Amino acid sequence: MNTGDTAWVMACAALVFIMTPGVALFYGGLARRKNMLSVLMQCYFIMCLMSLQWVLFGYSLAFGPDVHGIIGSLEWVGLRGVGFEPNAGYAGTIPHLAFMIFQAMFAIITPALIVGAFAERIKFSAFVVMMLLWTTFVYDPIAHWVWGGGWLSNLGALDFAGGIVVHVSSGVSALLMAILIGKRVRTNNHGFAPHNLTLTVLGGALLWFGWFGFNAGSALGAGGLAANAFVTTNTATAAAGLTWALIEWQRLGAPTTLGIVTGALAGLVAITPACGFVSPLSSIVIGIIAGMICYMAVTAVKSKFGYDDAFDVFGVHGVGGMWGTLATGLFAEKVINEAGANGLLFGNVKLFFIQGFYLVSCIAYALIVTWILYKVVDAIFGMRVDREDELVGLDLTQHHESAYTILE
Amino acid sequence: MKYIIAIIQPHKLDEVRKELENVEVPLITVSNVLGRGRQKGYTEVYRGIQEIGLLKKTKIEIAVNEEFVEPAIGAIEKGAHTGKPGDGKIFVLDLHEVVRIGTGERGGPAIG
Repeated sequence: MNTGDTAWVMACAALVFIMTPGVALFYGGLARRKNMLSVLMQCYFIMCLMSLQWVLFGYSLAFGPDVHGIIGSLEWVGLRGVGFEPNAGYAGTIPHLAFMIFQAMFAIITPALIVGAFAERIKFSAFVVMMLLWTTFVYDPIAHWVWGGGWLSNLGALDFAGGIVVHVSSGVSALLMAILIGKRVRTNNHGFAPHNLTLTVLGGALLWFGWFGFNAGSALGAGGLAANAFVTTNTATAAAGLTWALIEWQRLGAPTTLGIVTGALAGLVAITPACGFVSPLSSIVIGIIAGMICYMAVTAVKSKFGYDDAFDVFGVHGVGGMWGTLATGLFAEKVINEAGANGLLFGNVKLFFIQGFYLVSCIAYALIVTWILYKVVDAIFGMRVDREDELVGLDLTQHHESAYTILE
Repeated sequence: MKYIIAIIQPHKLDEVRKELENVEVPLITVSNVLGRGRQKGYTEVYRGIQEIGLLKKTKIEIAVNEEFVEPAIGAIEKGAHTGKPGDGKIFVLDLHEVVRIGTGERGGPAIG
């Protein structure tokens, strides 16, 4: 047991926690006034719901003793046997409970990321059931495959802090749900303008701040590897934010605040799987390319195909996470992390193909299971509010509150 | 000259503006207001305390010369109509004077 490692991982769990309120404000600012509280509420509800899910059975499914490489057994239900002593298989120098609560924050933020796709039109009851099922049947198994001793972790795939487990899994599921639930009702022909970008910037800043815990905490110890992840995270994020703003400046005549915040977020996502395997200089390249391809995904790809992924969960988390996963296969160096592998640029072709296989299998699984869960929940609850409620707004119709009033 | 005030559903504003532009009355002032007519408000609950909130509405104000009065009224009706309670009302008032601040013009020519 190491007190420094323990203190660091618990502090990082708190940092990752603040990312979910950060996501709530980031998305909330992008919503229209009448739906502000519904977005905040969906994220806050997930914080409560998944905290309990994780302690009661989620942690056991994801990290419990392996069953045929597919899922964790129910041996650790209710945290039975998860106590003060370290679990050497996961983190040998910190209490097992500290590892568990650090992972809990990942299980909270992942479904909260999806909120941005079906925002402003989902029925709250259906949302609650769908997210509980999604976390249990999509997130928990994928976390097990990659981090919990499942079949992908034995294959040699690298995912330092959750490029696939968190970002690609939520990003592709978000895209599918946005398509299945359909577009928001348009009342004009110029789109859906954000109602408060100040809050979006605040949320984006909280995400950047919390991400230090997300990535550097994934070293599960307070040492050089954590420092490397911290530096690459900050560097890639800066490069991606700058890239996005410069592209806008060149193409549209002015750099936008929403652009630089979105670009930084794309950088955070892309460096997530790579941060503990690549050098700071490689992270600059990863960030720049993340800014470019996520910009294309959010602007050109989205308008070409016409899906209404309201706040670009797929364009940022899905696409950014895919790039980061492949980039790990390009830029990883054993000099940085003994436990990792060399990437394509360092003479090892194999890792790149493992990363590609890892990507494709997780995407396929997430899409199939999300589709099944969606159809079941939609048949029982009806996923979408009726047109009248959508026009009035989800705050009043789903939660009986208003975020703002124009009276004193 | 008439002064037209209309209270409409907020999500109908864009349709109303489009209809008004079709009859060549693009000049418009708009504000967010709260109110209710026959349609009841939504129940809001804050820590268990219920209240019937007023409904969000949009108020449109337009000054027009006589020949544009009926086309403007027709355009607002067309754009804002759903047939359900809460579609709103149109009020038409006599307008005594208009001054264009920039040029000092008065009356009919100052409107457009």
